[in-house]
Amino acid sequence: MVAPAFEYVAADSYDEAVRLLAEGGDDAKVLAGGQSLMPLLNLRLARPELLIDINRVDDRQPSVADGALRLPALTRHRALIEHDLVRRHCPLLANAVRHVGNVRVRNRGTVGGSLAHADPTSEIGSCALATGAHVVVRGPHAERTVPASELFVSYWSTSLAASEIITDLLIPVGRPRQGWSFHEMVRRTSDFAVVAVAALVELDERSDRIIDTRVALAGVADRVRLVGQDLLDELAGGTGDGAAIGAAAGRIAESVDPPADVHASGDYRRRLVRVLSERALGQAYARASGAAA
Amino acid sequence: MRMRRLVLSVNGTDHEVSVLPSDTLLDVLHDELGMADVRYGCGEGVCGTCTVLLDGEPVNGCLTLAVQATGRQVTTLRGLMGPGDAMHPLQECFLRHGASQCGFCTPGMILTALDLVQRGSRPSREDIRFALVGSLCRCTGYTKILDAIEEYADMVASEASRQASP
Repeated sequence: MVAPAFEYVAADSYDEAVRLLAEGGDDAKVLAGGQSLMPLLNLRLARPELLIDINRVDDRQPSVADGALRLPALTRHRALIEHDLVRRHCPLLANAVRHVGNVRVRNRGTVGGSLAHADPTSEIGSCALATGAHVVVRGPHAERTVPASELFVSYWSTSLAASEIITDLLIPVGRPRQGWSFHEMVRRTSDFAVVAVAALVELDERSDRIIDTRVALAGVADRVRLVGQDLLDELAGGTGDGAAIGAAAGRIAESVDPPADVHASGDYRRRLVRVLSERALGQAYARASGAAA
Repeated sequence: MRMRRLVLSVNGTDHEVSVLPSDTLLDVLHDELGMADVRYGCGEGVCGTCTVLLDGEPVNGCLTLAVQATGRQVTTLRGLMGPGDAMHPLQECFLRHGASQCGFCTPGMILTALDLVQRGSRPSREDIRFALVGSLCRCTGYTKILDAIEEYADMVASEASRQASP
């Protein structure tokens, strides 16, 4: 298929892009890496009249300050996998992004574009939820910071206003006794996740007892979802024994009501949530305690 | 929509072309410039047959706009060949191993593998599989493709170690 004709402008700054977006209204779309938007155009699932290319507005690199890993929105997926700061401060994300698309998609796709696209199976979106990340958003009048937990609204929709653009993702840096794990089931490697689970487990400084657990899910609803803290509370104080982790995985699975589609039934997805959550919690605990690499 | 004149640098040669803003790099390379080694497969970035190198990195020709390629170096398979269309050593490896049958996927396979091998130390067979996930072949079953790339990776690695030790 061939994309419907559209106009194109390359913005020189975020402010110019925001202004163009405000003028263009619903007929304008922001073009970042293009690895989600361009297929939608080629399949004629979207028909914007104007694409505003932001690829030249910013050349900042990932950085760390004030306890946060700052990922400029145009950071490519390949950089998320390879960049030393990402690998050191958010290994969960660096590893989860290996599941995104293929090498060409990862060369062009961007972290901001992925978040704004808000796919309910998003690896990056689920990692943003699990880590308690925030996005920095530029609008016509001001900049604001939005918790990832308030960003995703429904299928491919966010809480951003029509003329707002994500400029940064801020992720709290990983702590020494924190373990991570990411598990994903796909029909074909590189395809969209049927279900994915991102888990972080943090242990007490001196004992191997759990003090914090966070889990986010992809592929189970109309958006990526953070698992309710009440379902994980019972893990606190424990030392990651199999029965407790199995019980928590069961509670997580019971809490979701995944949709059925051509790829999987709702029941199969719920089963995957239980199995992958159990694996992810166990592996995150093992990493936190130093028992696994 | 207004046509735009722009210059695309492809395989070291500048081409002046007229494009629509919505024309993809694949459209222009294949349809306007007649480059048969860049191919429409899926139009969704999944299959790899439109792979080109943009400033040395493999990208989807079907998901890149032609206007985005101005001021950048585009390399297609033919750009790897020497004078008189002398084959690139990686192409020779593909021939020796029977890694190309219908040949439709071969340009994307070779450009992707070349990027991988040039990036650093000798990739493992698993590294090669990971890099080629987005390149679909319906003929060979992939085994011969992996064999061919491994042979080339060995050639590059031994050349590097030969140069390192006097």
